[in-house]
Amino acid sequence: MTTLSELSDNAAAGTAQRAGEPDTEPDSPGTEPGTETADEPRTAVPAAAAAPVLAVRGVHISDQVTDREIVHGVSFELTPGKTVGIVGESGSGKTLTCRATLGILPPHFEVSAGSIEIAGTDIATLTPQQWTALRGATISAVFQDPASYLNPSIRVGAQIAEVIRVKKGLKRREARHRAVELLQAVQLRDPELVYGQYTHELSGGMLQRVLIAAAIAADPQILIADEATTALDVTVQAEILDLLAELRQQAGLALVVVSHDLAVVAQLCDEVLVMREGEVVEQGTTSEVLHHPRHEYTRLLIAEHDQYGLEKFLAPLTPLTPQETS
Amino acid sequence: MTTEHAQGQRPADAAADGRAVLEVTGLDVHYGSRRQRRRALHDVSLSVAPGETVGIIGETGSGKSTFARTVLGLVRASAGRIVIGGEDVGAYGGRQWRRLRRRGIVQYVFQDPLRSLDPDLTVEESLIEPLLIQGVARQEATARARTFLARVQLSEELLDRLPGELSGGQRQRVAVARALVTEPKLIILDEPVSALDSANRVQILQILKDLRAAGVALVFISHDLGSVAGVADRIAVLYQGELVEVGAAREVITAPRHVYTRLLVGSAPTLRTASADRAERDRLRALLHA
Repeated sequence: MTTLSELSDNAAAGTAQRAGEPDTEPDSPGTEPGTETADEPRTAVPAAAAAPVLAVRGVHISDQVTDREIVHGVSFELTPGKTVGIVGESGSGKTLTCRATLGILPPHFEVSAGSIEIAGTDIATLTPQQWTALRGATISAVFQDPASYLNPSIRVGAQIAEVIRVKKGLKRREARHRAVELLQAVQLRDPELVYGQYTHELSGGMLQRVLIAAAIAADPQILIADEATTALDVTVQAEILDLLAELRQQAGLALVVVSHDLAVVAQLCDEVLVMREGEVVEQGTTSEVLHHPRHEYTRLLIAEHDQYGLEKFLAPLTPLTPQETS
Repeated sequence: MTTEHAQGQRPADAAADGRAVLEVTGLDVHYGSRRQRRRALHDVSLSVAPGETVGIIGETGSGKSTFARTVLGLVRASAGRIVIGGEDVGAYGGRQWRRLRRRGIVQYVFQDPLRSLDPDLTVEESLIEPLLIQGVARQEATARARTFLARVQLSEELLDRLPGELSGGQRQRVAVARALVTEPKLIILDEPVSALDSANRVQILQILKDLRAAGVALVFISHDLGSVAGVADRIAVLYQGELVEVGAAREVITAPRHVYTRLLVGSAPTLRTASADRAERDRLRALLHA
């Protein structure tokens, strides 16, 4: 089995975590039920002093046609191996923030204030050619509906190989070989078989793996997962989340995880941003946000889980005292 | 087969005494014919007592929607017995099913209200239609429509709107109100909150809790263990067309017996992190696929 660290040039620079011991990291999702590891102080993931690969600073996004501001200031930084989660409902501005980061805002939307730096470069200065060089090789993304990002009439493997040929300049045969390795790295059971299949022959979970394989094919430093597991079954979602956690640990990938589900984000992220109507209403380490939510809306999200979710039957989170909320 | 595969079935408790609103015994459903014939449900038995909320959990292809459709007479069972409100409907033909549905004892709510509401009917027309079909006078029907619109916390201003002019959450509440106007004994809900954001989800779940308190029996079908856990008295787990576990919600979630249920519970993200770790999930997956 090809490990992810073998695949990635960044791996050596990132964490040196080995396969097979995924749970040694203090804030990995694999802790025992009920234990409150989140209460421990967060150890900064890998090298604490590492320069951010992604810095989003006070970003505002406006619709130029209506002259309305849709996103009112988002800031966060990502260092290698770190994960930032953005939680919010449809229309909260989380996807627009992602799209701004990828330089793919819809027509007549623009970043009206603030700046975004990818690996030290302000994206406002990028030419379209520079963007093309950056996408895939430095920053990559997967979205909710994998089927709509793949060509239904081309074998999925060939679509990954194309990324490798264009981005890494490999020859056809080598690109094919590497695409199969990538399919194996995202834990598809029969990578050779999957390589030759079409989108309609694969399940949603398999397609999302294929898309993740394509997204990491050119060894990006940043991966944005925008509702990447929303359409999947719970058990498949867990597999994809496990895979993302593994990518982060082994390849030092920096992740932006966007979800409407606080629990998904809580499971994977070091830092959480809660967005509502274009505003970041709460931001902090995952444990701060879960245990000491300040904003009404964050409390609503937590209460929903406590009253209507599985949490109803699990040990409660540390209850809030009035002093803590102030 | 390992010991882990031992049947997680618990004795069906409530509702086994003949006053069940819904009693399904040994249900088999097949799709296709001859060589194309595929089994969608096998030997499914489940009963629902008056006022009870039973959650059916299953993932893609588990047969959960087939179950809903069969109980509503939209799909024919190849074997088994279905008794609704004491009436054996197993041998019913299309006309008898239509008559049964018209009486409004069983109602249903599906995931996508845009597809279950007629796009050309206003909210009011959609709400009164089932009553007019029953022969209720228009004035009385309109009054009832207003009552039930209030029950789902929608304002009367929406009565003149078309489904396309409502938000997703409002639409789903209209679909629930429409299911309620005939005052059914049983409502089958197939993924009723899956397409909604959390504020709307909470609202619908609260309405379902109120309905339960009012004595309406609910069958709540979903892939999302979380939303079912919050409202169901009992949870039934469907896996590849078979019920692998049925039990009190708390038991199924805190002490799942079947390997699949354990994987399902262990995969669900919660605010306390997933209840199983990655290694445990891998182990359960291997067991399940063995």
